[in-house]
Amino acid sequence: MYRIRFHGRGGQGMKTASRILGSAFFAAGFEVQDAPRYGAERRGAPIFAYVRAARETINERGIIHRPDLVVVADDTLVPVPASGVLAGVGERSVLLINSAEDATTWQQRLNIHGPVVTLPASADVGDRADLPYIGAICAGAAARLVGVISRDDLGSAIRDELAPLGREVIERNLDNAFTAWDRMQAHAELVTEGGMTTATDFERPDWVDLPFEAARISSPTVYAAANSVEVHTGLWRTLRPVIDPQRCNRCWWVCSTFCPDGAINVGEDGTPEIDYEHCKGCMICVAQCPPHAIGAVPEQQARQADGTGESA
Amino acid sequence: MSRTLLTGNAAAAWGARLAAVDYVPAFPITPQTEIIETLAGWFENGGMRGRLVTLESEHSMITAAGSAAATGVRVFSATSSQGLLYGMEMLYTVSGWRAPFVLVNVSRGLASPITLESDHNDIMAARDCGFLQIHCATCQEVLDSTLMAYRLAEHSRVRLPVIVNLDGFYLSFTREPVEIPDAKTAGHFVGDFDPQNTRFRASTPESQAVAVLGGSPYSYFRYETHLAAMNALAVYGEVQDEFRESFGRDHPAVEAYRTGDAEYLFVMLGSFATKAREAVDRLRDAGWAIGLLRPRLLRPFPATALGELLAGRRAVAVIDQNLSMGMGGVLHGELLAALYGQPDAPPVVASFIGGLGGRDIGAEEFYEMAQTLRRAADEGRTPPPRLLYTKNEILEIKKFQAVAHVERNELKGSR
Repeated sequence: MYRIRFHGRGGQGMKTASRILGSAFFAAGFEVQDAPRYGAERRGAPIFAYVRAARETINERGIIHRPDLVVVADDTLVPVPASGVLAGVGERSVLLINSAEDATTWQQRLNIHGPVVTLPASADVGDRADLPYIGAICAGAAARLVGVISRDDLGSAIRDELAPLGREVIERNLDNAFTAWDRMQAHAELVTEGGMTTATDFERPDWVDLPFEAARISSPTVYAAANSVEVHTGLWRTLRPVIDPQRCNRCWWVCSTFCPDGAINVGEDGTPEIDYEHCKGCMICVAQCPPHAIGAVPEQQARQADGTGESA
Repeated sequence: MSRTLLTGNAAAAWGARLAAVDYVPAFPITPQTEIIETLAGWFENGGMRGRLVTLESEHSMITAAGSAAATGVRVFSATSSQGLLYGMEMLYTVSGWRAPFVLVNVSRGLASPITLESDHNDIMAARDCGFLQIHCATCQEVLDSTLMAYRLAEHSRVRLPVIVNLDGFYLSFTREPVEIPDAKTAGHFVGDFDPQNTRFRASTPESQAVAVLGGSPYSYFRYETHLAAMNALAVYGEVQDEFRESFGRDHPAVEAYRTGDAEYLFVMLGSFATKAREAVDRLRDAGWAIGLLRPRLLRPFPATALGELLAGRRAVAVIDQNLSMGMGGVLHGELLAALYGQPDAPPVVASFIGGLGGRDIGAEEFYEMAQTLRRAADEGRTPPPRLLYTKNEILEIKKFQAVAHVERNELKGSR
């Protein structure tokens, strides 16, 4: 059975990617199961989707623990722990990363020994939640990596899944997906089917008896105030609002009032400061600022500029 | 007939479409909303004829569904979790009207704490309300069961609403190959809703919401509803046979998978049972005589069929994806009630609680449950109920608690 996971951000089309690959497998005569797993259900937040494909009926369900292929549409997700990109990646799991950096760099950085393939599909894209056509590109590359899906089956899957979007969108997705397909030629059939577990040689679950704990401990109650400050929602950001102090007229209220997350604080002298740990990058402040003093910078560029780009 | 990839939600919508429903009262809730979105699209583009109306709550939605069904039109609706509970008062009420319709419930764990993921406490809460219940394990079953549910609900010996249950995420958002029957065959199978003389008509006022004082008439009406539900066992068999003849797929009240010579059995409901199927195959590879029983009908409870299928086994593991506080797994209790006093009942019927709030059940946990059964049968002693919960999981909780502890102390300091 093939077990494949797609990781991306809300808006990048990972559900679509899983459906395209699922439909392509199905057209190639496989039994298929595909599903998205939504987390925070917000643009820019990490999400994943998965595909199982086998020659016989699929009885497995739910999250894939031992993937044969992990596709990462957005390399800025790799260091985000909540995205779980590397969960269950073993020696024979193939990692396909959409990244301008090369495979060796990723292997060394992540200290993994399995095969890594890169797909430099979007080095020049600004807003990463908007990576154009990345869903179809990922599906096209994945289809070639498994090697059991024909170009025709991939094409018909894209036409089926994107049918409501009109001919022009379909054609561009087809072009992009086929380019990704061709680019993976050297790695065709790199991904192989994983086996099934056996009931003779398995790791016994270390079940425990839950102890009784008093309601003060065991009720799902939040006692501490303002603890959401610990959740760094700034990781969802794909565009960064940057204030130009020369242009800011110290109005002291417009950007901070419109910020839906209260992530802009205004100092005594009227100077606004953005809390990047919690700014989700909605760009409402950019749209509202009367003197146009707030610009939008792609998060990746901003990180490289301030030296946090190598956080992986 | 060709197969296509459909989510459980889309399969439910196809069921309603092929049953040619006239009226869909709706209210959104995750993970069900796609069903009514799909139907709304079809009503809009002419794929379906009829009316979809959004109500202000599930309570109103179920009232509208029951009322419309009482006028003799075919009704479909769908909900999940908190929504099902919000409409609970009306579940009891409309089944008492003997108004037949189909309600799809997409199972999701109940608050508190709140979750979006699947378990069966929502549907178990509706166990005693007079709705019949069909539990599905695959997307194909969701479509097929919706068609079968109309036959069951509208049958003159039954006349009760039916809930078709599917698991959130594991079926609702998961695509699998599904064979969509052609509209003509499906239409022929489901037939027209013939309400006979039990319906409201314009200008002929009647009342179905009678008040009774004194327990005697009350007992009569309630027990009649129970008898109708019990009739559904035999009617289900007829519907099952006809469905198999029409579509070539068999959906018995209790799925028995590789049970012929089995000494040990897993018993469970819903989509996680396919994981049990997989485990049975692997355990059989390793020489085990083991199988799976999966009740599809929970109301009426197929006690006789289960009793016969369980007779003579060495040991049985009932895996409940629900928890009745202060009692344990609901299916475990119901199975024991069905087995009590049967001469050939299995000596060991062990209870496992797993999959609460969508918590996965790993293959190795099924293997370990099998080992537990063998040890219990050898010792002749039923083990205490076991929550499927590992050391790592509790360590994770301990971490959260440590954070909470520190926060609380900081809080104390700041006041």
